[in-house]
Amino acid sequence: MAVQMKTKTVTFAEAINEAIRLEMRRNPRVFLMGEDVAGGATLEHLEEDEAWGGVLGVTKGLVQEFGRERIRDTPISESAYIGAAVGAAATGMVPIAELMFCSFIGSCMDSLLNQSSKIRYMFGGKASIPMVVRTIIGGGFRAAAQHAQTLYPIFAHIPGLKVVAASNPADAKGLLTAALRDGNPVIFCEHIALYQIKGEIPEGEYVVPIGKAAVTREGKDVTLVGVSMTARHALAAAEELAKDGIDAEVVDLRTISPLDETTILNSVAKTGRLVVADESNPVCGLATHIAGIVASKGFSSLHAPVGLVTPPHSPVPFSPVLEDAYLPSPEKIVAAARAVCGK
Amino acid sequence: MNIDRDTVLKLYETMVTIRDFETRVKDEFARGRIPGFVHLYAGEEAVATGVCASLKEGDTITSTHRGHGHCIAKGCDVDGMMAEIFGKATGLCKGKGGSMHIADVSKGMLGANGIVGGGPPLACGAALSAKMRGSDNVCICFFGDGAAEQGTFHESLNLAAIWKLPVVFVAENNGFAESTPVSYHCAIENIADRAAGYGIPGASIDGMDVLAVYEAAQEAINRARKGLGPSLLECKTYRYHGHFEGDQQLYKTDELQQKMMAHDAIKNLHETGIQQGLATAQDFDAIDARVQQKIEGAVAFADRSPYPELSELDTDVYIVAVS
Repeated sequence: MAVQMKTKTVTFAEAINEAIRLEMRRNPRVFLMGEDVAGGATLEHLEEDEAWGGVLGVTKGLVQEFGRERIRDTPISESAYIGAAVGAAATGMVPIAELMFCSFIGSCMDSLLNQSSKIRYMFGGKASIPMVVRTIIGGGFRAAAQHAQTLYPIFAHIPGLKVVAASNPADAKGLLTAALRDGNPVIFCEHIALYQIKGEIPEGEYVVPIGKAAVTREGKDVTLVGVSMTARHALAAAEELAKDGIDAEVVDLRTISPLDETTILNSVAKTGRLVVADESNPVCGLATHIAGIVASKGFSSLHAPVGLVTPPHSPVPFSPVLEDAYLPSPEKIVAAARAVCGK
Repeated sequence: MNIDRDTVLKLYETMVTIRDFETRVKDEFARGRIPGFVHLYAGEEAVATGVCASLKEGDTITSTHRGHGHCIAKGCDVDGMMAEIFGKATGLCKGKGGSMHIADVSKGMLGANGIVGGGPPLACGAALSAKMRGSDNVCICFFGDGAAEQGTFHESLNLAAIWKLPVVFVAENNGFAESTPVSYHCAIENIADRAAGYGIPGASIDGMDVLAVYEAAQEAINRARKGLGPSLLECKTYRYHGHFEGDQQLYKTDELQQKMMAHDAIKNLHETGIQQGLATAQDFDAIDARVQQKIEGAVAFADRSPYPELSELDTDVYIVAVS
């Protein structure tokens, strides 16, 4: 973040709200649709300032400024409205479709798997699909197996989609703005446990480029890679490791696809050790993908096997005791880092 | 309805172009010159032709895996189409899409679609886009009877209805979803009756009578243009060939095939045109000859075109960021 920028402190949710607001002011083609994104459509007794603004209130207040044409409540028909976002994008609009929880992707996968991601290629580069799907990922809210999954590897697996997941309010604002200007279908993943965390964001227009990871802490002994919530856990772990004399470098991926392999490989070349922390499922997941890249392109740098901190290959459990055991944590990252450092 | 000479000749030329194009694709496929799968539209020409005849600049269509007819009716270049089907670099999609994905967005043709039921949500979006941009453009959603059993169809009809989207859903009921008869896969006799469940107009018509299709589609399109919302138009039709080329079609009886082919849309229009004094046999002959040349030219173009460079393998996956 450039130092001369004027900043303010907001929550992660407010940062997302602001990115949408500013981009909708700038570009009349941008609109938002999803279940309850305004809330209470057509109810005469409901004042606009009482409208829900999304199930977690992230888009609250937008309907007052932009009206119900552009902040558009949908029926619970994910196939229809996420598919409609593709059709609207192909014909001149820039839709933001909110898929309330990414666990609901089963209801509308074709729009992403076979339509939005494929159209440009299938049509020989003669079409573009500028759209964003905002969706909630992550556990910690005791929401259990069908509301708490972290499924971005499924999206990243599909050529033609871009996938981003911010770990802080500034990146959330900057990446969402970039996503709305990208011209490609972008899946914007919002970790449920991040919405209320606060941070500084630049005022006014702010863009964080898609495809660039951030080194959020420099170190020389081990590289800790994380994304979204695990990028924060990695920073906390690094502070703990410092007490043991282990100097960890932290890479916040920010974008999952296209992945910034260069930043990862450069860091591993410097530290010689790697721990990847990720909340998605471990089989064919992000952590193993990164381990594979480093094994094939940075093997000679490695002084130890790659440490992986992921959930077990099981659904997200409900009971708080079980969910806490399921999720990656700073403590688990510390333990993995100590192991790869031989301490 | 009042039909003039120009309309008759235009409808005839489009239908003959589709028929000849498909007949030639069938031959070239049999000769092993076309890779992959092809799903031919022959027999169903009246639907795409009758519907698209009332479209104007800026209107869009979504299509199906059986999409060649929709492409031609919406004005796609037949040279580029044939080259695409041959997998050549000069194809409309640079050889990257093939028969099931032919598209020309600049012409409002939003793509043949390999996913049954893939089109209706896209059509809602294109119609929403037209509405939000303040145009009076419409989107036509072509889909088969098989797609009428997909959830996307039902969700899309409801979405289009509640938002009063300018979309006309055109069910091409050719009697079979692959080999499964519509009488088995659909609980009711007329797909159009489902319109009532979504509070929109529905009509079931003879899809092998191009003038009937033209008239019914015009009414639905005008309704959509005026902002009165979507309609569901079911065209009962028949495909002369298999689900795909190579299909033995054992599920069809000779009796059915002969009955439907005796009711051929092109033959019907030819007869009607002459009977009503709107055109002469010479007019039709001239069109036949012109179309034959056009298709010959398309095959020759495809033939002499190069295959894509290997450097094209992973281009066009993403657009370079515009910001």
